[in-house]
Amino acid sequence: MTILTVKEAINQALVESFTNDKNVILMGEDIAGGKGREQYQGTQDAWGGPFGVTQGLLTKFGPERVRDTTIAEAGFFGAAVGAAMTGLRPIVELMYVDFAGVCFDQLMNQAAKMRYMFGGKQNVPMVVRTVVGAGFRAGSEHSQTLYSLYTHIPGLKVVAPYDAIDAKGLLLSSIIDNDPVIFMEHKRLYMSKCEVPENLKPIPLGKGRIRKKGKDITIVAIQRMNLFAEEAANILVDEGVECEIIDPRTYSPLDEALLYESVKKTGKVIIIDESNPKCSLASEISSLISENCFSDLKAPILKLTAPHTPVPFSPPMEDFYIPSTKKIIKSIKTILKY
Amino acid sequence: MNIDQNKLKWIYKKLFTIRFFEEKIKKIAKEKLVPGYLHTCIGSEAICVGVMSALNEDDWISSTYRNHGHAIAKNCELKEITSEIFGRKTGICKGKGGSMHISDFNKGMLGSFGIVAAGPPVVLGAALQEKINKGSKNSVTFFGDGAIHNGAFHEAAGLAKLWDIPMLFVCENNGYAEATATDWHLNTKNLSDISRAYNMISYRGDGNNVFEVREITQNALNESIKKNTPIFLEFKNYRFSGQYEGDTQLYQPLEEINEAKKTDPIKIAIEKANDYKLSSIEINNFKKQALDEVEEAFKFAETQPWPEPEDSLNDVYVNYPKNLILKV
Repeated sequence: MTILTVKEAINQALVESFTNDKNVILMGEDIAGGKGREQYQGTQDAWGGPFGVTQGLLTKFGPERVRDTTIAEAGFFGAAVGAAMTGLRPIVELMYVDFAGVCFDQLMNQAAKMRYMFGGKQNVPMVVRTVVGAGFRAGSEHSQTLYSLYTHIPGLKVVAPYDAIDAKGLLLSSIIDNDPVIFMEHKRLYMSKCEVPENLKPIPLGKGRIRKKGKDITIVAIQRMNLFAEEAANILVDEGVECEIIDPRTYSPLDEALLYESVKKTGKVIIIDESNPKCSLASEISSLISENCFSDLKAPILKLTAPHTPVPFSPPMEDFYIPSTKKIIKSIKTILKY
Repeated sequence: MNIDQNKLKWIYKKLFTIRFFEEKIKKIAKEKLVPGYLHTCIGSEAICVGVMSALNEDDWISSTYRNHGHAIAKNCELKEITSEIFGRKTGICKGKGGSMHISDFNKGMLGSFGIVAAGPPVVLGAALQEKINKGSKNSVTFFGDGAIHNGAFHEAAGLAKLWDIPMLFVCENNGYAEATATDWHLNTKNLSDISRAYNMISYRGDGNNVFEVREITQNALNESIKKNTPIFLEFKNYRFSGQYEGDTQLYQPLEEINEAKKTDPIKIAIEKANDYKLSSIEINNFKKQALDEVEEAFKFAETQPWPEPEDSLNDVYVNYPKNLILKV
């Protein structure tokens, strides 16, 4: 066992995948950075992406497989689709998920539909690594999560790890998967640490994780919200409340069975999602539970999400935007009254 | 220029097949026997056949929603193409694509896209794969003059040049981007000048002359590989078809159409038959063979079964829980 940050875990998964399969390549803006030319020894790998996640890969695997791109997401996302179909396993980095607008055609209409539209003859084994999440004082165009935007689209798989084990295990799986996978990394979780086994195996996509067992209420926590859910659950223990925390980990495919099993036991559910509320992942999970566990429910399903606003910049406003431990406790108490 | 006899026969046969196929499908569309949109390519035959005659069978290409000619020239099965347009189970995409998406990956087609300029980045990726894996397949992306303004084209062009990727950007300048004329949407003297911004070599040619298209493409492929560079080709022709079947084409002046008929690519090819020592009997034979093949393909398609509604649930993913695709 070693203690790793999420950032280190992702870097390890990339290095292992590069080592295991020569067809794995990485493309993105500033994924190495610097001058990258032989005459400027030592200036390569200056950045490793804005969070340093991919630092060292250029030095280890060379410029043929680790490609700094122009700021042209439509260009290199489309290229990833073509490269994936013809034999490579490209990983492309969308620097912030908010930049989806400039390459969404390549994801929504090409990556997602190539296999279906052309009769199932081709696979598109590509991974989009992208950075999501509020809490970085990064403003409206660098702080969204947009989980539901991708989850909505047939043909794409969507993965969002919370801790370092899941980050590594799920990324290993995403890279060997034969479908296009959107792998979402939360910028506020990069430095969070946990123990990761040395020879961690890939964690299958579509399997959720029970982070805490309990019998009184089910908390479905989306990515970073697991942090606050756990804090809330720990505080509520003193009041004799046993919360069960479920982290779906992958949103497409979604481990519906795990959710239903928990709700059948507790009869009460709260879903915590830092995305905007309308047509969100929280809405989807709520609707699925009401359809499939109607007779088990003892209280209305509660969604605790961000408000229907863009992510604000100023700290007091941004802190208000993100669901907090305090709000979670208050919401849980409301439901427990039923 | 010397052309192998078999290749020569192939060229004429394909030119006629595309023309007859499109004429037949236009007729049938009028009778409302085909579901959905149809974009025919009458006037593009020389570009489709000329470029493809310079390629190997397994080379990579991308096409657009106006793809029948590319698919036929890429040796896709005519019966499967027709069956697809009719929406049948045995179609080239199992009925999931339709006329806008005729494409067979097993014949080197990476896709036929309904989105303008979607192809160039995808073909760039295939060419990058060939470069990394030291493969030998050529990579060619087809697009129209309308795509020249789209960012996806420019982004692919910039990356292809930056990364020294051998590939061909083939622009079919057919005079119209949908219903907007080229000189009404483009303020550059020659369309191919756009490639200069990327320091990319470009050539222009007569898109109505199949032999010229072939020669320019062959030379460009050789140069592109030798110099490790993408090359931009512009072929001018005229779009006799409307944007789609049912388009009134009121924006195409009659004088313009009549003038363009003088350089119809099929007419030019027939005129050139003499240069290649082909008799009119041989030409008529090619025509007959092409016509028979087209008729046979339509007869086949009409009798093919429709897909089961539930067939629509397959091929979304390689691997995904079935009960999450459709709840019973």
